Amino acid sequence: MIDDVVYMDNNATTRVAPEVIEAMMPYLRDYYGNPSSMYTFGGQVGAAVNKARQQVATLLGAEPDEILFTSCGTESDNTAIRSALRVRPGKRHIVTTRVEHPAVLSLGKTLEKEGYIVTYLSVDSRGWIDLDELRHALREDTAVVSIMMANNETGTILPVEEAGAIVRERGILFHVDAVQGVGKLPLDMRTSNIDLLSMSGHKIHAPKGVGALYIRRGTPFRAFLIGGHQEKSRRGGTENVSSLVGLGAACELAGQHIDDENTRVRAMRDRLEQGLLSGAPDARLNGHPLHRLPNTTNVSFEFVEGEAILLLMNQFNICASSGSACTSGSLEPSHVLRAMGVPYTAAHGSVRFSLSRYNTEDEVDFILEKLPPIITRLREISPFGRDSAERDRQWPGT
Amino acid sequence: MWDYSPKVMEHFLNPLNVGEIENPDAVGEVGNITCGDAMKLFLKIDADTETITDISFQTFGCASAIASSSALTEIVKGKTLAEAMELTNQDIADFLGELPEEKMHCSVMGKEALDAAVADYRGEEYEGQDHTHDDTEIVCTCFGITHGKIEQVVRENNLSTLEQVTHYTKAGGGCEGCHDHIREIIDEIRKAMAREAVISTTDANRKEDKRPLTNIQRMQLISQAIDREVRPALQKDGGDIDLVDIDGHKVYVALRGACHGCKAAGFTIKNLVETKITDFIGEPVEVTEVQS
Repeated sequence: MIDDVVYMDNNATTRVAPEVIEAMMPYLRDYYGNPSSMYTFGGQVGAAVNKARQQVATLLGAEPDEILFTSCGTESDNTAIRSALRVRPGKRHIVTTRVEHPAVLSLGKTLEKEGYIVTYLSVDSRGWIDLDELRHALREDTAVVSIMMANNETGTILPVEEAGAIVRERGILFHVDAVQGVGKLPLDMRTSNIDLLSMSGHKIHAPKGVGALYIRRGTPFRAFLIGGHQEKSRRGGTENVSSLVGLGAACELAGQHIDDENTRVRAMRDRLEQGLLSGAPDARLNGHPLHRLPNTTNVSFEFVEGEAILLLMNQFNICASSGSACTSGSLEPSHVLRAMGVPYTAAHGSVRFSLSRYNTEDEVDFILEKLPPIITRLREISPFGRDSAERDRQWPGT
Repeated sequence: MWDYSPKVMEHFLNPLNVGEIENPDAVGEVGNITCGDAMKLFLKIDADTETITDISFQTFGCASAIASSSALTEIVKGKTLAEAMELTNQDIADFLGELPEEKMHCSVMGKEALDAAVADYRGEEYEGQDHTHDDTEIVCTCFGITHGKIEQVVRENNLSTLEQVTHYTKAGGGCEGCHDHIREIIDEIRKAMAREAVISTTDANRKEDKRPLTNIQRMQLISQAIDREVRPALQKDGGDIDLVDIDGHKVYVALRGACHGCKAAGFTIKNLVETKITDFIGEPVEVTEVQS
């Protein structure tokens, strides 16, 4: 049954790699000791956690002692930003962007209620921030700047290194939510301007419920979870050992497949994207045409609504996402598309496909066969865009 | 993922009466593409009997919007205009088995399209319902929802919270700037409904942001709290209670039966009687035991 699923929602979550499950199993079944214990039965588990830390560090181009394990990307983001504010007491200003994931955006709204001042940088129609706007946003009392590496909805890659250079020159801490970037973009923290970097396991074929925060050596830090001495007292709580082992294995695999992501997966994504843009009338691309994650495409089909598209695709077991109001959990369409100035007519009909190395050319063909008729069908029900629909019937392919 | 009933999915996957009718006798258009759903309804009407002889729709929206449109056409086809006008959004939801509450605005859109089409047939201008003078005042600017629309859904569906009004009309689902205003409107309408004896006074007062009770309301509620909540609890242990006097937020009671003279009486007063009354009326009270 699972084989029938055409899963193209990998920015939401990913399939756990079989190799990752293999690596985890002994730590679920046999080696259940506590890594903090003094005996061998616990100590060997501690060694597994250290190995995982090394594997994560290698993928990021970091040192193992710069890796803090967490429970998810959201915890990493909260830990990083809260810590930055606490080590800079008296500084009450934060800079982030309008297109961040809710893990950062909602935290910003909460911090505003706590008395902090938050500047949300705007983006252009491609989802890019303006570095001059960033420069002008920085203040004497800015404690931290948090900018995402790549947007989850559009895949647009933001210029974080250029931003980081500006931020660090001012002695301000720089956090990057790299949940969507890790594993898809080559990273090297040794030459980076990033002080704090969040990542998540389940976006790179590890299980859900595990993440990490990179903390550059020398960066002042305050713990978010207070408890035992785990993680050198930087995060209390007994280690989620099997998941950490899984995260380590997933990072090693990600390093091996990063070229594949940027060649074969990118080619499949491009073919899907071109097919959709030319196969359905009044379709447009959302996001940066060049600076974009190799696996993500976000296409708007005007005059039809995203939830209806997803449910009709679901009839064929095709899994994707939409930025429409009906699927965003609110009555407004995606905050990312609105920040980019995508017209509401297009935002409501947006569909995001996010691929992984497990996708195949056959699956791309399947979507290209099934989706255009779905759009046609919904356009026939819709009261809008009828003239262009007629135009397309008269001159197919225009 | 929404939990749509099989009937919703059936009418979404195979909607009935889709399309345009040539030379319709009436057309109703509601919603717009910016808001995320819109509907156009076409009617053929027999002039002598005012019967809907043919009906079709075009809808832009999610699965429940399309299903609600299909349901509406099936319900009113063959009905007279007078019969059709009796339809409420709840009838559409019932026809579909169930709609998630967050999607009730789709059934409201169906009802609106019908009202607009009938207004068109009669040569009237469709402005929503006309319950009050400030009916056309726009309350929610993000979605263009009027006072009249809110009044209509609150009355027809007996709504009492802001969240429900948002689910049914989308009002307040954008910038949230109108939240306080909507709460006031709900309060106002429910008070009016209580005066018309459509709902009880207690129900009218049960709302998110409570206004202070009047002395009479408080006394009635305290008395109810003792009868319904406190006395049954005490009687389980062979005790009983009498309400002696109420002075504002001060409540004087006498303990009877096994409770009378019990060493734990002070504890009972503070932890049981006071807590239960406070919870029931939604305002803090101070309970004192008196001998009488």
